[in-house]
Amino acid sequence: MATFVKFTLDGKIYLSEDGAPLVEAARACGVFIPTLCNYTGIPPKGACRICTVLINGLPATACTTKVVEGLNVQTSTPELESFRQAIVEILFAEGNHLCPSCEKSGSCELQALAYRYRVTVPHFPYLFPRRDVEAWHPKLLKDHNRCIQCKRCIRGIRNPAGKALFAFGKRGDRVVINIDPVTSQNISDALAQQAMDICPVGAILRKGKGFDVPIGRRTYDRTPIGAELRS
Amino acid sequence: MDKTIPAVIKKYNGDETRLMDILIDIQAELGYLSDATIARIAKTLNIPQVDVEQTVSFYHFFAREPRGRYTVYLNDSVVAQFHGRAAVVRAFEEAAGCAFGQVSPDGCIGLFDTACIGMSDQEPAALINDVVFTSLTPAWAREIVAGLRAGKTVAELQGDRLGDGQNAHPLVHAMVCNHIRRRGSMVFDDYQPGAALRRVVALSSSEVIAQVKAASVRGRGGAGFPTGMKWEFARKAPGDVKYIFCNADEGEPGTFKDRVILTELPQLVFEGMAIAGYAVGARQGILYIRNEYRYLRAYLEQVLSDMRANNLLGPLIVGQAGFNFEIKIQYGAGAYVCGEESALIESAEGKRGEPRDRPPFPVEKGYLQRPTVVNNVETLCSVVKVILNGPEWYNNLGTAESKGTKVLSVSGDCEWPGIYEVVWGFSVNDILKMVGARDVQAVQVGGPSGACIAPKEFNRILAYEDLATGGSLIIIGRQRDLLPEVVLNFARFFRDESCGSCVPCRALTGMAQIVLEKIIAGRGTPTDLDRLSAWSAIMKRNRCGLGQTALNPIVTTLKNFRGLYDQRIKAGDDRFEPAFDLAAAVRDYDRAVAGT
Ligand SMILES: Cc1cc2nc3c(=O)[nH]c(=O)nc-3n(C[C@H](O)[C@H](O)[C@H](O)COP(=O)(O)O)c2cc1C
Ligand code: SF4
Ligand code: SF4
Ligand code: FES
Repeated sequence: MATFVKFTLDGKIYLSEDGAPLVEAARACGVFIPTLCNYTGIPPKGACRICTVLINGLPATACTTKVVEGLNVQTSTPELESFRQAIVEILFAEGNHLCPSCEKSGSCELQALAYRYRVTVPHFPYLFPRRDVEAWHPKLLKDHNRCIQCKRCIRGIRNPAGKALFAFGKRGDRVVINIDPVTSQNISDALAQQAMDICPVGAILRKGKGFDVPIGRRTYDRTPIGAELRS
Repeated sequence: MDKTIPAVIKKYNGDETRLMDILIDIQAELGYLSDATIARIAKTLNIPQVDVEQTVSFYHFFAREPRGRYTVYLNDSVVAQFHGRAAVVRAFEEAAGCAFGQVSPDGCIGLFDTACIGMSDQEPAALINDVVFTSLTPAWAREIVAGLRAGKTVAELQGDRLGDGQNAHPLVHAMVCNHIRRRGSMVFDDYQPGAALRRVVALSSSEVIAQVKAASVRGRGGAGFPTGMKWEFARKAPGDVKYIFCNADEGEPGTFKDRVILTELPQLVFEGMAIAGYAVGARQGILYIRNEYRYLRAYLEQVLSDMRANNLLGPLIVGQAGFNFEIKIQYGAGAYVCGEESALIESAEGKRGEPRDRPPFPVEKGYLQRPTVVNNVETLCSVVKVILNGPEWYNNLGTAESKGTKVLSVSGDCEWPGIYEVVWGFSVNDILKMVGARDVQAVQVGGPSGACIAPKEFNRILAYEDLATGGSLIIIGRQRDLLPEVVLNFARFFRDESCGSCVPCRALTGMAQIVLEKIIAGRGTPTDLDRLSAWSAIMKRNRCGLGQTALNPIVTTLKNFRGLYDQRIKAGDDRFEPAFDLAAAVRDYDRAVAGT
């Protein structure tokens, strides 16, 4: 049976299951902590850093923190908010994000967070990197321009034999997500859809499907990200 | 090719956690790792190709394309630049007939840059097919290329040039020099192999830890973590399989002390590992050593087997029932971040050297998820001496919070670069005098991740409580143009070496380089300086020390040498937009009309 513990979010005391991931516990308490590289159900990685909060006064990523008795969390300070804005801006400047032509527009977590944090004028140099669009896999299209290297696909997607479909290549600002040329030859439509869904942006698309839901009626077109929660 | 791959994989029992060794051995045989080779390795190990590729493409020394029958990796560190690297580059390029980053048309010579190879006291230096060439000159570079083209071997070109001490040992046979300028009472002092092991078996494991704690030994790898406490955590962690790692990755540019310790006193280091094993309850030790020190391999293996023969390693060490400890050597393949302890563990498991998120710490879940201690080479040496001479002796050396001695790697603009073992508490001025440095503009303390300090701070002392350092000092003379020659080089280093996992580290290292280049080109604005400072706060939220310190070269020079930046900033006229590069903006147009 689950044990419950008391913890504090922004000065208010809440109950949560012992050991629950902090991002999810906060959500259950109605408090929004932004995430990008985190995905419910797969092991956290702590890569994007956007979920940084103060734990007992010290910065830590909420996706990799587990709730324990007495945990004291500050989810929002002016510094944390401007840090989050910076992360979103950096991701736009680092890749090539042409939202109006993207199949994920409206359901894209990065775009939704950009609205939330009011990313307007650039504070970071746009790099306009030269990146590929990989369209030769039978079921998947990988647009490297849009990839934010969150690794959700790497951690979350395996074929039925348990083999990886995605993996990192290179390092530093040259990192790319590689798709296994052998595994990708026969994956099911369901797995392709799962890969597309796990990607927070429009970097993985399922081929031969698209624009089922018109722009304007997509997830974050209806309700801005986190709008249902307090922040 | 047909037989090599399965044979190598069989040697490692088809164990994918040995992927680093597998790749190193296969590349040694085949020269490089082609698509077909990667596919074959993946198939034989029964893992996806992308999983092989992710490890291969992470490391600088794994080649996906041919890099020449002879591959020259020329160090491009700041210190190499100080000592005439540019002329050596030109000589290599002219002689080989190709630029750096390329292979000569005849496939004979490949020329490549590489980060600091741990030879800062004898630069410019290069690795040519694993053989170290030091103090290179343009004439010698031309001679080397001509010799290789004429069919001479690398060994023939090295000739009878041999360094001092054990560098001349037949199994090392390197022209590398130790340059030990000052021996202290701890590391480079008299030493009887095995004496500490004999003493240790008279103590219980908790008594050993109590001694290390009583001496307040702190880690020499940079962070200064109390060693006794680390061992105790690992000892108390549940499980009966535990590991001891010795961290000999030594990638911080300007640092080379671990290379000298491992050359002169490998038994001391291995004995320290065995003592750690005894204290923690580990039976396996792993020396993780950077690829740049591959020339020490046969020698280190020989030392290990001599120790086994003398009952100082293996089963029943010094005849003590239950004291079993083995050591194996794990080579890296070129990645600075692998010096970070959790990245080092990932690498030893055959993966990309990406630091892990903590907790759990390695002492709870480290190598293969088992409790693991990672200690620096020098830390392990000091523990042996604590066991031999007692905690009190150790506590009498140094300052209030920093006990014992520190081995310093000194390089740059000075008369006697090399190794200095001093007790903690020497001031920077003391050291500058000792090494024959005059007209000093700045000192880079602790490598690029440390601080660049100005003369007004030269009275500060080396100690955990003041200038904490892993032990490197790069001396920067008056004649150097600090921003382009030093700060920019360090900025590029961090950009190249980021593992790429955290957003700020991956992107801002490169963006900071862009802004810095702009400032150096005289197109910077006052806002750019504010931006760089603001970015350093963002970088503090990265996962590991690399990203957290990557802007230190900029931040510390902004603080201590602000005038150098201000000089290059266009001030005053608000209507003027210095960031705008007119030539670049109309380049496409110029090119188009040039053809008409
Ligand atoms: C980017 C980075 C590189 C590092 N490189 C080294 C290294 O080359 N050698 C080393 O001993 N420690 C290095 N460290 C520190 C290690 O993570 C670890 O703290 C150290 O090996 C622990 O040993 P100690 O307690 O004996 O100092 C590095 C840390 C970071 C963040
Ligand atoms: S493809 Fe999508 S899920 Fe995978 S790393 Fe890139 S952004 Fe993340
Ligand atoms: S800080 Fe940089 S090197 Fe360290 S884990 Fe993050 S991306 Fe990798
Ligand atoms: S969501 Fe926590 S670091 Fe990315």
